[in-house]
Amino acid sequence: MYSFEPSDEQKMLIDAVKRYADSDLREAAREADEETRLPPELIEKGWELGVLQASIPEDYGGFGEYSALTGVLAAEDMAWGDLAGTMAVMLPGLYVLPIFLAGSEEQKKEFIPEVIEAEWKPFTAALMEADYDFDPNELETVAEENGDAYVLNGEKTYVPYAEAAEGMIVYARLNGSTQGFIVPKGTEGMEVGERQKFLGVNALPMYTVKLENLHVPKANRLGGEEGHEFSPITDSTWVALASMACGVSKAAYEYSRDYAKDREVFGVKVAQKQAIAFMLAEMATEIEAIRLLVWEAAWMIDNGKKEASKSAYLALTGAADMVMMVTDRAVQILGGHGYIREHPVEMWMRNGRGFSTFMGLAMV
Amino acid sequence: MIDFDMPKPIADMRYLIETVAENMMRPVSRYFDEHEHEIPWDYINFMHTALSAQGGASTSMATDGAADEKEEKEKRPPFGYQRLATIVEMLSWGDAGIYLCTPGGMLGSAAVAAAGTDEQKKKFLTRFQGEKPVFDGMAMTEPQAGSDTSAIRATAVLDEATNEWILNGEKIFVTAGHKALLDSDGFVVIWASIDPSAGRAGMRSFVVEAGTPGCTVTKMEHKLGIRASDTVSILLQDCRVPYENILGSPEVKQKTTKGFKGAMATFDATRPLVAAQAIGLARATVEMVKEELEKQGVTIRYGLPRQKLTSVERDVIDMEIMLRSAWLLVLKAVWMADNRIHNPKEASMSKVRAGDIVVKITQKAVEILGPLGYTRELLLEKWFRDAKISDLYEGTGQINLLVVARNILGYRGSELR
Repeated sequence: MYSFEPSDEQKMLIDAVKRYADSDLREAAREADEETRLPPELIEKGWELGVLQASIPEDYGGFGEYSALTGVLAAEDMAWGDLAGTMAVMLPGLYVLPIFLAGSEEQKKEFIPEVIEAEWKPFTAALMEADYDFDPNELETVAEENGDAYVLNGEKTYVPYAEAAEGMIVYARLNGSTQGFIVPKGTEGMEVGERQKFLGVNALPMYTVKLENLHVPKANRLGGEEGHEFSPITDSTWVALASMACGVSKAAYEYSRDYAKDREVFGVKVAQKQAIAFMLAEMATEIEAIRLLVWEAAWMIDNGKKEASKSAYLALTGAADMVMMVTDRAVQILGGHGYIREHPVEMWMRNGRGFSTFMGLAMV
Repeated sequence: MIDFDMPKPIADMRYLIETVAENMMRPVSRYFDEHEHEIPWDYINFMHTALSAQGGASTSMATDGAADEKEEKEKRPPFGYQRLATIVEMLSWGDAGIYLCTPGGMLGSAAVAAAGTDEQKKKFLTRFQGEKPVFDGMAMTEPQAGSDTSAIRATAVLDEATNEWILNGEKIFVTAGHKALLDSDGFVVIWASIDPSAGRAGMRSFVVEAGTPGCTVTKMEHKLGIRASDTVSILLQDCRVPYENILGSPEVKQKTTKGFKGAMATFDATRPLVAAQAIGLARATVEMVKEELEKQGVTIRYGLPRQKLTSVERDVIDMEIMLRSAWLLVLKAVWMADNRIHNPKEASMSKVRAGDIVVKITQKAVEILGPLGYTRELLLEKWFRDAKISDLYEGTGQINLLVVARNILGYRGSELR
């Protein structure tokens, strides 16, 4: 039976996330972007909302059950506040969720509770590589069997919080498919490079990571000896990023709408000009349309539909285009003021451009 | 709880309609495109029989109320509009022009259902359950008044001696007007002013039944597409209808525009359905493009980074995104209508987007199939022509965008012209 109404539990979570996004993340966003750092107490406060904890069952230290749909609802509203902050708050998901979705029972019991039951700590993942046509299913980083270990070699980029990481999932190519490896802190053979600088999400620290004969015990291959399917991980990251793109878009749309309703031009408000009003109407329509696509994809994941992967992929592809259209227009509606860093729209436009690139940097 | 599962009764109905679309519409699509103004009676009679057998639970907007009552008894949320949107989508997937020839209550009945009394509903809507197929129409547009409906000049004057309304004026672009007035015992809902000095406040709608003297079909248009569907002009010359054929109150209260708003409320219900029509055509197009590409050895590689895709793959992927997201807007708008949630914004959003994407998708389809796309061997060139109507009728894309804009900005018509 079709319905577009979130459950009461989801509504409660969304309300809490919205309050945090509005009074904490949004307030801190500009300074965080300029200073290229996020205050730890800001992240901790977001972590305590329990978005990730609520999607992990009690058996592994959480207090709910996994739902990609609940995840995208929360992620959109959090990203409305600030994208870099949201990616930081949800960072441990990059470590916990692959283990939950693709790990063996032993791995879930061993690795998830220590993350879920504690305060926020930088548990992270390394997927991306620096090729223009980077494809998560055809990694350059390779894993080779060697006795009771796998030996990883390669170079990773965009690894959030790599320097301080307490644990990391490293993805590498093994026998032609992408496999995750749980790499504990202090494993030899991992060299974290300089912090990288980007077009946007400046507050999120990301690093290159070089893997030179990194030895991972066989037991730490995600899924155990047999390994795992990679698609649940890409599905989850596609819908997560897509929902965050909706959040960033919504922020930019609302800000430019309110600005246009406030600013006078030729004796009327800017928003009373059809040229502007129509832009806003198209932005609102586009956001609503893509949001529903994201919801449906997440719902398909939760219900094990065979079209889930394709839908999740389409959702992100659509969302990445949509967020550029919307944030660019938001800047345009503010005119010259949109280009000035006193207003947040230029930052949202820079952040928005990242969604076509950010593979593996968010999961729900 | 957010849910995208199609209710089983809708899925069952959809399956039946798909059979009809495949077997009774597609094979004659080209014929009726090339024989404009011929009426697809085989389809019409089949649908009439089939729908009557279903107890009239049909493509009729007017039967929605009855369906709701049944749903209340069965204690499940109502989904009359969701079912209707699904049916419309599938019929239009079959053929957008022939779909418009489907017998039963359409726009005219929607107006009666939205603004009529119980007696009026009984009087005008029961005719669809008779032995023969019956059609209706809605006449609003005039030669000088398209999107600007306040410029309507048709008048209705009450003759107190006979207690009849006397209608005068000219209406154009009446979908199915010929079938409603000349090929069946149907009716057309005519919009006219009972007080031209009152502007929109004087606007009312009147049911004019087939065979009413003074109501003449004067012209059948030749169109770019949807050629199976007739589009006519209607001339009203001292056309007399009984007093009780007025929909809504005959009182003209200054400064209220209830009559006009009645028409607009009808649109909240009908726009998502016109959007659904666009979606069906768009889906047919995307499916055919993929089939034709597959014949030539091209399968779309979903999941690849965009940088690795071919241009054709990107185009098809974009089509699918447009198609699915637009359909979900329709679904949300009709879900709201079923649940009695005020939906003018969502209704117009769905229409804006569906009208837009069906045009983009059909244009792109003809382009990327190259020499195949442009020939009449395939239906793509026809669908390209059929598609454009969805961006024009039931409010052009721009008018719907204006409705969306006023809604999101909280502006009245005077604030955003």
